[in-house]
Amino acid sequence: MAILVSKDKCRGCKMCVRACPFEAIDMVDQKAVINEKCTACGQCIGICPFEAIEKTPDKEGPVDLSDYRNVWVFAEQRAGKLMNVAIELLGEGSKLSKEIGDRKVCALLIGYQTDHLIPELFAYGADRVYQIDDPLLENYTTDGYTKVMADAICEYKPEIVLYGATHIGRDLAPRVAARLDTGLTADCTRLDVSLKNYIQYLDTCTTLDTSSIDPNSQDKNLKQTRPAFGGNIMATIVCPKTRPQMATVRPGVMTKLEKDETRKGELIKVQHKLAESDIRTKVVEVVKAAKEMVSLTDAKIICSGGRGLGDPSGFELIQKLADTVGGVVGSSRAAVDAGWIDHSHQVGQTGTTVKPKIYIACGISGAIQHLAGMQTSDVIVAINKDPDAPIFEVADYGIVGDLYKVIPEIIEEWSCTCNNN
Amino acid sequence: MALKIIVCAKQVPDTNEVKIDPVKNTLIREGVPSILNHDDANALEEALKIKDQYPDTHITVVTMGPPQAKDLLIECLAMGADEGILVSDRALGGSDTWATSNALTAAVKKIGKFDILFAGRQAIDGDTAQVGPQIAEKLGFPQVTYVKEFSMNEKNITVKRALEDGYEVIQLQMPCVLTTIKELNTPRYMTIGGIYDAVKRDIPTWGARELEIDLNTVGLDASPTNVFRSFTPAPKGKGMMLECDCEKDTAKVLLEKLVEKHVIS
Repeated sequence: MAILVSKDKCRGCKMCVRACPFEAIDMVDQKAVINEKCTACGQCIGICPFEAIEKTPDKEGPVDLSDYRNVWVFAEQRAGKLMNVAIELLGEGSKLSKEIGDRKVCALLIGYQTDHLIPELFAYGADRVYQIDDPLLENYTTDGYTKVMADAICEYKPEIVLYGATHIGRDLAPRVAARLDTGLTADCTRLDVSLKNYIQYLDTCTTLDTSSIDPNSQDKNLKQTRPAFGGNIMATIVCPKTRPQMATVRPGVMTKLEKDETRKGELIKVQHKLAESDIRTKVVEVVKAAKEMVSLTDAKIICSGGRGLGDPSGFELIQKLADTVGGVVGSSRAAVDAGWIDHSHQVGQTGTTVKPKIYIACGISGAIQHLAGMQTSDVIVAINKDPDAPIFEVADYGIVGDLYKVIPEIIEEWSCTCNNN
Repeated sequence: MALKIIVCAKQVPDTNEVKIDPVKNTLIREGVPSILNHDDANALEEALKIKDQYPDTHITVVTMGPPQAKDLLIECLAMGADEGILVSDRALGGSDTWATSNALTAAVKKIGKFDILFAGRQAIDGDTAQVGPQIAEKLGFPQVTYVKEFSMNEKNITVKRALEDGYEVIQLQMPCVLTTIKELNTPRYMTIGGIYDAVKRDIPTWGARELEIDLNTVGLDASPTNVFRSFTPAPKGKGMMLECDCEKDTAKVLLEKLVEKHVIS
């Protein structure tokens, strides 16, 4: 598989050079030439006005992957409590197992004394729970979890394995993927098996021409969509030749199923061969931060501040606004980089992805990587001095003005409105 | 202590500087500078701090990329690294994280025995955070990711590993692989003398042949993951600008709109 430029058709317009995210196209004798930085992302193909660029298909025929069945979710728990993202992934896993057809969604529960979590996993959609329980697995360790998980995958052969893109999921998943020599896609924000659904998504949410994708193809590969290039573009990744297909998924983007306590499932207790000597790191202690955790993903309303605040004390006003509207404080990367506020408040590609009911952006210009993390919010209100700030491109309501004058009035009006009703 | 340290670093486009052409909805990449990836600068800084404490420490920086990634190695040498190695070959082009870690693992083995391998947690162009752990797995060494504090004595390394809601204190022994985050330290600047010496240094380039690597384990075709499609999201339609004579009226109109749309009640 490679990207090829037809020398006859190329007219040297350089549109592909500008479109390439990886600087992988050079101009040689006024013709486009693909260099070694190419990742075959295909961005150039649709751009070319002369249809001079093509992707060559894989040389090898399809590999027999039919031994692999079912969708697994790593049911991450910490200190006996399930992470929200694991519950979200059960919802997504149910959707995917239906799209493949005749598949089960299974939770892989690793830890010590985790029995109390099993009914919860069934209630949120697991058809089957694989439980690996051992005192050695009480705390997360890379070595311990990788071994039992990789062994279980070899034994039961799931076709898809999903992990939350948490600090633990992102430590474990690459290690398991390397051990099994399979592919892994990081930080996905959308997953599809059904090509029809995928095409519908592309048609409604992107500018990509989908006429080259055949909606009736038998393609049952997992199409894993994620922000790439610092959140500036989206890429859909496939893993066609190896199994399982593995992905980490950002917390807060997938939808949980309604909890149904009457749901039952099958429990399989997995035997393992983990020995103490396999674990080469020692967890001396686990410390919970004293400060209250900023739960941006669960917040209904987020009030965010950026560099437009002028100085760190501006966050006092943002906090006051948040207190009034019953929201939590978020921030742009610029404000975090300036040291005005802790990283845990950061919204965006390198921070947290959020979709609250109301997102109020104050003094945030709207860098692409920030927009990538908040533009699916239900309603976006933007306040900025600069009428040309990109944040206004995604805002439902834009206010051009001095935030130090506007916000106090909003606080005042909000209190009146909400107290009267 | 005379430690041997390897630092894995990557030259990346400064993705914060990338803008989208609003008409054509494509990336504008003119004028986007190439930089030493942020987390990797923290990885090198931690190695340099160890060298400050134990001057016999030897630091080798290895990077994989196109020929111009040599500039990054010059920068690392000018900051104080002892040696730089460029892994570069057309056969490695288009590698995904699995294939990249195969090539880098081969390079690390060729460099020889080490005590600590530092890598940045993730690069800002891909944000995958996979290559560090995958190298650790292929070398068969323990790893700690998201390292935000580091200390060591003759026997043990103790690190704090950042979690979303706190941290873990972890002890382990060398050799090991550690991936670093911004909170760990503040990278130093290059020195003038360092730059002067660094540009004169010979930086070896290792290709697939020097690495003696199986060509079925590197490059685009060998990579288990491929890009199926890539695209820019369609911009959300522009909303309504609220323009009133004074801030008070603007705030009033905003609240009316929010109530009207049943966003608040």
